[in-house]
Amino acid sequence: MPNMSLKKNEMPSQDPNIRNKNFLEVALGYTEEQALDEAQRCLNCKAHPCVNGCPVNVRIPEFIQKIVEHDFEGAYQVIHQTSSLPAVCGRVCPQESQCEMHCVRGKKGDPVGIGRLERFVADWHNTHTCEVPPRPIPNGHKVAIIGSGPAGLTCAGDLAKLGYEVTVFEALHLAGGVLVYGIPEFRLPKSIVQKEVDGLKDMGVKVETNMVIGRVVSIDELMEQYGFEAVFIGSGAGLPMFMHIPGENLKGVYSANEFLTRINLMKAYRADSDTPIMDLKGKKVAVVGGGNVAMDAARCSKRLGADVYVVYRRGMEELPARKEEVEHAIEEGIVFKTLNNPVRINGDAEDCVQSMTCIEMELGEPDASGRRSPVAKAGSEFDLPVDAVIMSLGTSPNPLIKSTTKGLEVNRKGGIIVNEDGLTSRPGVYAGGDAVTGAATVILAMGAGKLGAKSIHEYLSKK
Amino acid sequence: MYRIVTKEALKPTVILYEIEAPMVAKKAQPGQFIILRVDENGERIPITIHDFDREKGTVTIIVQTVGATTEKLSHKQQGDFLQDFVGPLGKPTETEGRKKVCVVGGGVGCAIAYPVLKKFHDDGAEVHAVVGFKNKDVVILEDKFKAVSSVLKVCTDDGSYGQKGLVTDALKELLDAGNVYDEIFAIGPMIMMKFVSKTTEPYGIPTTVSMSPIMIDGTGMCGGCRLTVGGETKFACVDGPDFDGHQVDWDLAVKRNQMYREFEMHKHDEVCNLYKQEVK
Repeated sequence: MPNMSLKKNEMPSQDPNIRNKNFLEVALGYTEEQALDEAQRCLNCKAHPCVNGCPVNVRIPEFIQKIVEHDFEGAYQVIHQTSSLPAVCGRVCPQESQCEMHCVRGKKGDPVGIGRLERFVADWHNTHTCEVPPRPIPNGHKVAIIGSGPAGLTCAGDLAKLGYEVTVFEALHLAGGVLVYGIPEFRLPKSIVQKEVDGLKDMGVKVETNMVIGRVVSIDELMEQYGFEAVFIGSGAGLPMFMHIPGENLKGVYSANEFLTRINLMKAYRADSDTPIMDLKGKKVAVVGGGNVAMDAARCSKRLGADVYVVYRRGMEELPARKEEVEHAIEEGIVFKTLNNPVRINGDAEDCVQSMTCIEMELGEPDASGRRSPVAKAGSEFDLPVDAVIMSLGTSPNPLIKSTTKGLEVNRKGGIIVNEDGLTSRPGVYAGGDAVTGAATVILAMGAGKLGAKSIHEYLSKK
Repeated sequence: MYRIVTKEALKPTVILYEIEAPMVAKKAQPGQFIILRVDENGERIPITIHDFDREKGTVTIIVQTVGATTEKLSHKQQGDFLQDFVGPLGKPTETEGRKKVCVVGGGVGCAIAYPVLKKFHDDGAEVHAVVGFKNKDVVILEDKFKAVSSVLKVCTDDGSYGQKGLVTDALKELLDAGNVYDEIFAIGPMIMMKFVSKTTEPYGIPTTVSMSPIMIDGTGMCGGCRLTVGGETKFACVDGPDFDGHQVDWDLAVKRNQMYREFEMHKHDEVCNLYKQEVK
């Protein structure tokens, strides 16, 4: 008999007032009992709408049934057939707008905690299974992957399984892309990312760090001189966007990318790190924006000792961040100043941030994106005293690959143009993830990496 | 890991490092920079390339020991390894088609000015050079400059060597003597580049500066290196590092660069103390 409880099993978490002072993981993961109990809430329905809600079509009811049968490794194997990064997805996917949104149980009560179960299974595998899977038989074809973020790692994994000789080129000194420089430790421990990267290396994937493709080697050279028959570009999001309001270059104004890179990649919050970051103890910080990156920046600021505002021009309902991140942020004491928009940032005599002038907004008619567009209320300007401002408004694709690759077409916003197979305007060159779409989610990038691998396999099989 | 092939102290606090990095050496061009990390906990610091040897596979940098990271670097010996060394980054300096140029270098910035100056020279331009130092003890690369420039003015702040005064004074003399340059290229401390730009503005001579703002990734991701140039936000790592000196918002650039000065001083003291303890 399925468990007909209307409520999801709660995720055990660190107490908000303790965790907002440390960088340890917030959600602690289900126990075996909780996982079994939650798994039994799945009706294993024939239509399995959840599977269609997943960008990589994980066979959800099948893995959940394995949990019910206490076959946790079996459950992992089911997920791993379609997703290369289960421990990551279980933590950072926006399940409420994907798999769980379609769950039948969600019609009355909470949907099944699919993300939490995925995480449980992946963590169980990582702590209980240490045998290295056998290396696939090499098929003699070489593929280059540019970028080691979710798109690149997924593409590399899928191709390595098929026997391709894969080299991943990473510009930074550490592999993982946004998973290491962007998403904070308390949401995605870096040891988990490292494990995924090590897993790929065990399969024979080469990972070359400190390689800025376009500068040190061009895509043309990779193909003509280094013998790569196909290339997948997963170079990710690029330059941060700013509002172009006065005061944006004052001291104390960060892009979320810079702020998070200092903290996550460079560990600036630790005493043994040589990388500086502004001392935020007892200071006030405004994070501008409402996405996951804004939530990450806000929660990091809190952990550095600041009082934090999230300033967003729409309302709470319109926040694009994952629901759980918003809830966690509120629990941790972050103040949401929604329906407010910055007008200018004001500095003191030393050009350090002193305050941010905002204007109140109200929601008008829905715009092209279907969201109600915010309209400024005349005369409602006010000063918000803050010491730092973190701009989290999204990014535009990195211009480097485009400017150094002849014949690679990009759209008006700078995103690489691809067809339905992920193929760019250059034969043998595929692309996916934020480099194509602009800032999006980890799972969408993974989906694009999978598509890239499938298309590259088809292309090279025909060759 | 990247091996230090040669280490040579040009002055007690100005050190030349030749680093084994064949891929970087193969592509390096004057005006470009690298980012290095000394060790596992090291910060990423951008340093402009001084020289490169494509055959040997090495890249040479000249670094002044000023902060924690450069202090740590100065304790590395020939044969030791650097944790990370990535590049070449940024756009190369445009040197083609100039008939007559003047290159102005300040302090350790001369280490960077040299390859640009040499490239102008190799591309057929008549090159004048103005180089400035605090005093006689820190004058570097004079012979190298001499070999590729038809006029060389060495200045020191205190007059202990060459001409007494600032580079801007010497530059003004050259301009007032009727020299007409296609371009003036300035590399050195921001404050020096600012005043070189101010000096050349009334003469209407295109002036290029090599900016070295705060930077982390150096690949167009973090946005830390942004500058206001001609009223627009530009990123030194992908749009630069060379910019039109007459368009740069200098006051803001100078101030932004001082953002972490306190931290850096503190960290430098901490590192120095560590080394002192080791010696004991």
